[in-house]
Amino acid sequence: MTENHTEIRADGAYKVFGRRGAEAVLRLRSGSTRDEVKQLGTAAVIDASFEVNKGEIFVVMGLSGSGKSTLIRMLNGLWRPTAGSIHLGDDDLATVSPARLREIRRSKVSMVFQHFALLPHRTVLENAAYPLEIQGVAKDERRERALEALRLVGLAGWEDSVPGALSGGMRQRVGLARALAADTDVLLMDEAFSALDPLIRREMQEQLLELQSSLGKTIVFITHDLNEAMFLGDRIAMMRDGRIVQIGTAEQILSEPADDYVAQFVADVDRTRVLTASSVMRPSRVVVSLTGGPRLALRTMEEHAASAAFVTDRNRVFHGTVTDTAVLEAQRRGDADLSAVVEPDTRQVHPDAPMSEIFAPAAESVLPVPVVDDGGRLVGVVPRVRLLEAMSQTASLDATPSTEDSL
Amino acid sequence: MNDPIIRIPVGSWAESAVDWLTSTFSGLFAFIKTVLGGAYEGLDQILTAPPFWVVVLVLAGLAWWVKSWKMALGTVIGLVLIQTMNQWDNAMHTLALVLIATVIALAIAIPLGILAARNDTVSRVVRPVLDLMQTLPAFVYLVPTVVIFLTGAVPGLVATVIFAMAPGVRFTELGIRQVDREVVEAGEAFGASSGRILRQIQLPLATRTIMAGVNQVIMLALSMVVIAGFVGAAGLGSDVTRALSSINIGLGFEAGLAVVILAVYLDRVTSALGTRSAVAKAQTAAS
Repeated sequence: MTENHTEIRADGAYKVFGRRGAEAVLRLRSGSTRDEVKQLGTAAVIDASFEVNKGEIFVVMGLSGSGKSTLIRMLNGLWRPTAGSIHLGDDDLATVSPARLREIRRSKVSMVFQHFALLPHRTVLENAAYPLEIQGVAKDERRERALEALRLVGLAGWEDSVPGALSGGMRQRVGLARALAADTDVLLMDEAFSALDPLIRREMQEQLLELQSSLGKTIVFITHDLNEAMFLGDRIAMMRDGRIVQIGTAEQILSEPADDYVAQFVADVDRTRVLTASSVMRPSRVVVSLTGGPRLALRTMEEHAASAAFVTDRNRVFHGTVTDTAVLEAQRRGDADLSAVVEPDTRQVHPDAPMSEIFAPAAESVLPVPVVDDGGRLVGVVPRVRLLEAMSQTASLDATPSTEDSL
Repeated sequence: MNDPIIRIPVGSWAESAVDWLTSTFSGLFAFIKTVLGGAYEGLDQILTAPPFWVVVLVLAGLAWWVKSWKMALGTVIGLVLIQTMNQWDNAMHTLALVLIATVIALAIAIPLGILAARNDTVSRVVRPVLDLMQTLPAFVYLVPTVVIFLTGAVPGLVATVIFAMAPGVRFTELGIRQVDREVVEAGEAFGASSGRILRQIQLPLATRTIMAGVNQVIMLALSMVVIAGFVGAAGLGSDVTRALSSINIGLGFEAGLAVVILAVYLDRVTSALGTRSAVAKAQTAAS
């Protein structure tokens, strides 16, 4: 039943620019490299196969010249594949008629461009309403839906300005509003935030994730910035020289890079934003039972030579921490369980929390940071030394000289 | 004398080609002559019939509307000077010729430029033809036009249209090709038809460049209608011709000065029009 969850499917798609493209594809299929077929044409995309699921953010990551811009333009038929197929829903973009292609672009897939591509002679509102105008939507409804899209991206009140009067970030919000107004299931974003200042960029990324959580579009996002890819992508396709070299989640790519190229690439990434609590946590050993009584608790702590312990109940639901002195006190008083001495631990983090959010709680106490899931269960702990360890991996990888700097 | 090794009679070929054209398309040429002659007569009437100050005020008003009161004032001074040099009627004949020739030249040039911008083959074919039209000495095709249309305003108009058309085509093609590729892609990506992309994206964004082409067409037309005086077209050109044949320095200077004044006026008005377009305004607002 994967068919129902797949929005876009590429099967062995090639794009070779030049008159002898078909010949180049045959040579590439039989193992020639991109450079070897140079005389026949420029192979921009070579044998791309992937699926994008409904509601997913699929990031295509690569340096300039890796073919990612060509790839995204094949997903809405701006370029037709030289060979292979690209399915968008039930339509194969390699073979559809031009009229059907226009129809698909109006109803199924919209796009956000690197340099915004707004119409300078039209107001912000008219720009946002442009896809609806093409779709032939009546004027009043057009206005209403465009205003709603502008409100979503936080541009309410700017509808009568012209794009030239707006900052880069605001212009791209208009670009995003335009794509949202079209109300298509698929959103293609071509280096959408690359032309923006870093701060604005981060803000836009966060806004996109926020919008996505409520809209649930299928987004294909192109970028050359690995941090951006890791931050946004549910899954990431790494491209190099026209080929997709690896597809996986951010963590898979970080922890199991497919080749040296990917490994070198991820060396630069800010791990603290990518690695989550669940990927750095360790099993919690010093765990005592709330109902087990002080004596049992003391023995566990003694075994591990620890002066404090995490407290859970029978269902492993996390209750807090106890210190050895408090437990001794409880034993002296003759308490049956630890409920009188357990202290709630406010430092607990969710398994999906990025490492960057664990530093602050880790600094508050020498105890490891407890990782607690949605059901309130203690699933692991992050000792402080583990945080430092993960960071030092970054440092050692950073020190590896990168040959790709010049790109 | 160097006798030719073989005499290739290109000249007589051209002659028989013109003869053939004249006899084969005589109906068409008669039609063109009627239409062009009629259009010219009509516009000429409109410009010369009212008292000169009415026309001066209208042209000054136009200058004010497209640019500023300063330009309007300059227009009044220049046009009154033409009148006091006793060149008013001639200047109006010339203005009528220029305007008609420009309208026809643009009506051919802009669609051709659009075609050339969208189709590389058309572009490759059109370019050398334009080069030929611009570099062939004007008198060379003035002669066949006289054979076909006899003397008067019409052969002058036809020669002017041919001579002045080239920059209209070139600037239109350039303007459309210069439009930001991503903006055109945006139109395509949202499913716009190519006609809509042309109307709503390419032409508006190319307006500034196209207007520069219009300006060039007008300037070339003005220089050509003076030459058209040789084939009997009325206007400043005929006085220039007369001054030349009778070595009349005074008359030549007055007619020449009137041409310059018209040229400056037409140039300023059309360049001001270019900066008045919506896109140009938006771009100015941005900076």
